[in-house]
Amino acid sequence: MTSLAQNAALVREQEAELKASARRAVTLRKTWIWVGRILLAVIVIGGWQWFTEAGWVDKFFFGQPTEVWNSLVKLFTDGTAFGSIWENLWITIQEALGGFVVGTLAGVILGILLGSNRYLSDVVGPYIRIVNSIPRIVLGSIFIVAFGLGMGPKVLLAAVLVFFVVFFNAFQGVREVDQNLISNVRVLGASPLQVAMHVTIPSAMTWIIASLHSAFGFAIIGALVAEVLGAQHGVGLIISQAQGTFDPNTVYACMVIIAAVTLGAEYFISLLEHSLLKWRPPSRSEAQAI
Amino acid sequence: MTTVSELHRRGGTPTDHGGGGGDEGARIEIHGLTKRYLTPKGETFTAIRDVSLTVEPGQFCAIVGPTGCGKSTTLAQVSGLEHPSAGSVSVGGKVVDGITNGVSYMFQADALFPWKTVLNNVLIGPVLLGTPKREATELAMDWLRRVGLSGFEDRYPHQLSGGMRKRVAMAAALINNPRILLMDEPFGALDVQTKAIMQNELLQLWEGLRPSVLFITHDLDEAVALADKVVIMTSSPGTIKNVFDIDLPRPRGDVQQIRHEERFLELQGQIWSSLKDEVTRAYKQTAGASA
Ligand SMILES: Nc1ncnc2c1ncn2[C@@H]1O[C@H](COP(=O)(O)OP(=O)(O)OP(=O)(O)O)[C@@H](O)[C@H]1O
Ligand SMILES: [Mg+2]
Repeated sequence: MTSLAQNAALVREQEAELKASARRAVTLRKTWIWVGRILLAVIVIGGWQWFTEAGWVDKFFFGQPTEVWNSLVKLFTDGTAFGSIWENLWITIQEALGGFVVGTLAGVILGILLGSNRYLSDVVGPYIRIVNSIPRIVLGSIFIVAFGLGMGPKVLLAAVLVFFVVFFNAFQGVREVDQNLISNVRVLGASPLQVAMHVTIPSAMTWIIASLHSAFGFAIIGALVAEVLGAQHGVGLIISQAQGTFDPNTVYACMVIIAAVTLGAEYFISLLEHSLLKWRPPSRSEAQAI
Repeated sequence: MTTVSELHRRGGTPTDHGGGGGDEGARIEIHGLTKRYLTPKGETFTAIRDVSLTVEPGQFCAIVGPTGCGKSTTLAQVSGLEHPSAGSVSVGGKVVDGITNGVSYMFQADALFPWKTVLNNVLIGPVLLGTPKREATELAMDWLRRVGLSGFEDRYPHQLSGGMRKRVAMAAALINNPRILLMDEPFGALDVQTKAIMQNELLQLWEGLRPSVLFITHDLDEAVALADKVVIMTSSPGTIKNVFDIDLPRPRGDVQQIRHEERFLELQGQIWSSLKDEVTRAYKQTAGASA
């Protein structure tokens, strides 16, 4: 009896020991990852600073981290020739968001329609492929010529870029829907609309959400490029102005600002992804990270 | 309870009201059914040929046959998901054309919606029939209790074991109180013990509702233990080879026990000797095709 109890105590002790060492291993791993990340940033930015300082790389063309910082501060304190940076940033964000929403809606609706209709997709498929292969960014010039320097053409270009990314994913997502599930709701008496609501759309959602991550990036690119091509306000205009005055530091500063905006949007998309796709089994890597 | 689900019964025919047993609307008549598929190469492939079979209202009919002989194909024609190439299926005297009313289908592959919780998976049937959400929820909770899954309403399918998923599928299939229940190897992937439990549960639920059942299985014991009638299909292209009436008394009781009864063993032996040739032939066919 006593030996049994002793045994149990021993097993418990070993288990506790195992757990503790597993936790230590995880903490150590995380620490090293962060050390690596910080080291990498220091090497890249520090190297840039050092090379331009030493004159091995011309800072007139390539800028310099400290100068970029100064430009950044100047943008936020002095503003620009076209109003404060906030004003310009807000306009660019509005254009990108507008394009994102319009492009996403159009892409999802058309992708699902074409994906679920065999005949339509066979007819339209080749044309979509052709349109996809032309360099759509050039459309920006046409939009500006056609619609002037306002926000319209920027939203349009962003929407076009977003549309194709989302469209192809929605289309593919619908094609990948488990036919068994469709049979299942059809037997239960679902109408075509109900099949879409209960099966096609939720199932394609995985693909659509995945495309939204890159889609927002494309929306920003569309808005910026259209602004560079011709605008009265916006971050793109600041960039093209800085280019005109040989000021790489301001261009970099604008890049930093836009990157921050994109990361913020990325965060919101991840939140959306989490709430919409909470039914999915955790991926292997998540499950491992005890 | 039965009265609640009767309210949600589908089916337009006036004869179709409540609890399957003896209800003419639940008769399945298959006449000279043939199904040909178009292969990607553009050739036709005959999956089933001239299948004729009648399932009386409230009867439990098992179909056994070698793999690839067209059992699932037959079920797909009965459900109305596919159209026969020749012959016809009638349910309750009406020729099937499009989805048949009042049919529930448990598919061979897992067909739960991974993005719906257990509760929502079960209540989709009544919801699609237009039942108000509150009532449908009550009904679904009741069915989850019947299949022993109370407390799992909020889980997603990937958080359940294989046996639990089958129970959800069973609740989802029975919640609409179908006149006809199509089951395609529902317990095929389960371990022996879970399978026995599920078989007992199915028998109990079936005796309560009495739909006509077409039940595909590879397990002869299962076929004999559950069914009133066992149909043997030939190897591909499938057609009916033999029909055995199972005269074991009902209620059958525990499927584990019935296996040892003399009459059970006798019937099982007869059916196996009929099926054996077909299985051997089907095996040679596929082996020959791949050689
Ligand atoms: N959509 C289809 N197109 C072409 N051939 C098909 C199609 N569906 C089924 N078949 C063929 O028809 C035959 C019968 O298939 P079915 O799924 O009915 O077999 P089964 O009896 O259910 O087999 P198992 O017991 O393995 O499930 C098979 O040879 C299969 O390859
Ligand atoms: Mg099958």
